[in-house]
Amino acid sequence: MVKKTLLNAKDIHIILHRLACQLIENHTDFSNTVLIGLQPRGVFLANRLIQILHKDYAISNIKSGQLDITFYRDDFRRRLEPLEASNTDIDFIVEDKKVVFIDDVLFSGRSTRSALTAIQSFGRPESIELLVLIDRRFSRHLPIQPDYKGRQVDVINSEKVKVSWQENDKKDAVYILSDN
Amino acid sequence: MKQLSVAHVLGIKYLKKEDIDLIFKTANHFKEVINRPIKKVPSLRDITIANLFFENSTRTKLSFELAEKRLSADIINFSASQSSVKKGETLIDTVNNILSMKVDIVVMRHPSVGAGVFLSKHVDAKIINAGDGAHEHPTQALLDSYSIKEKLGVVKGKKVVIIGDILHSRVALSNIFALKLQGAIVKVCGPTTLIPKYISSLGVTIETNLKKALEWCDVANVLRVQHERMDINYFPSIREYTQLFGINKQLLDSIGKDIVIMHPGPINRGVEITSDVADSNQSIILDQVENGVAIRMAVIYLLAQQIKK
Repeated sequence: MVKKTLLNAKDIHIILHRLACQLIENHTDFSNTVLIGLQPRGVFLANRLIQILHKDYAISNIKSGQLDITFYRDDFRRRLEPLEASNTDIDFIVEDKKVVFIDDVLFSGRSTRSALTAIQSFGRPESIELLVLIDRRFSRHLPIQPDYKGRQVDVINSEKVKVSWQENDKKDAVYILSDN
Repeated sequence: MKQLSVAHVLGIKYLKKEDIDLIFKTANHFKEVINRPIKKVPSLRDITIANLFFENSTRTKLSFELAEKRLSADIINFSASQSSVKKGETLIDTVNNILSMKVDIVVMRHPSVGAGVFLSKHVDAKIINAGDGAHEHPTQALLDSYSIKEKLGVVKGKKVVIIGDILHSRVALSNIFALKLQGAIVKVCGPTTLIPKYISSLGVTIETNLKKALEWCDVANVLRVQHERMDINYFPSIREYTQLFGINKQLLDSIGKDIVIMHPGPINRGVEITSDVADSNQSIILDQVENGVAIRMAVIYLLAQQIKK
């Protein structure tokens, strides 16, 4: 297994601040906006952005939640190893809200497709945007593109993009993993 | 563990502790789902489920049906009273006819002990036992344990007394298996005529004094007297049964601690339990009903996961 560092902690720090600023550009005071971290790994990114918006840009009281999409996936019964569900934590309805989905890596677009279905259980949002840290180009199975992206990468299908977070993996970094 | 160790859910005695943990964990997610504004997930939209009820049922049938609908499965319902069973058709023929309509999962209640096991050996579908005679009712026991866990935090080490007609109760047997598997301490209480002779071989103790049993326990699971399964008189009169084994507010207040009251339904108010107890804050009877849907969604989902495309 070959591990190549794509982004280090400093790169991630700069990118997160840029993404936070881009969100402010479009959502100003976030009064009608909700940030939804997609389980499991989008939640780390969502929390980090909320932290930055609060600390560095004095925007507090941002409505946020966590959405698990396991029961909405289109590969149920097709996987060799079944997936374990994570918690969904959304204690408000998203009716007429501007929703921003937050995930770490955008690959085939199927998770985002599932999330688009899942969020409907909580009402009909005014709009839905997608924010990702890493956009894997040329790998989409569905017509889904991010509205905000940290870094765009071209990697082949056999390679894996792994985002590690200090909270969970002791270090902020993005790696590209390949067999050779 | 991410999948069940069994291919069918026929009884608690075939499950492992890890299976129960997985079912509970999955049920937690479904409990959140059924409290959303839109209480439905699309997971089972290409699965067809047949609910075969060869014996009367209200809440179990409704609960299964709701669980299946919440998972987006297609369902067909069958009651023996309105079917060709009356015309002399055998169980296997009935079920095979239904299966040729491409059914993936069968939920079955049947008056004969072992009907689910028998069916699982002869037909190509996942079987969920929704009660077979006086044998097992696994989803009821799962939702009972889940409700205890929800109320008290853990099942392990809790003292649970099952009160009433133990002899004719599949709920009692499945509950004993489930509670023992999770490390609870179980006692049964009722008229000696309604307690099976070899019950202690399951690792439970017997108490015939209701007050003592209530003073001992953390949870009292109260059962109905199953008159429809009785061909002889097991006790002199309902009045006497109520006096000796009926739970009322006065008795409950006299034991000096708050215990949890459960009942699988249907309740015979004023017989095994009075209304003021059934509707009190100590009672989790309606939580049991809500949890029943989440537990059945979990069981169906986990079995459906094994049906490969």
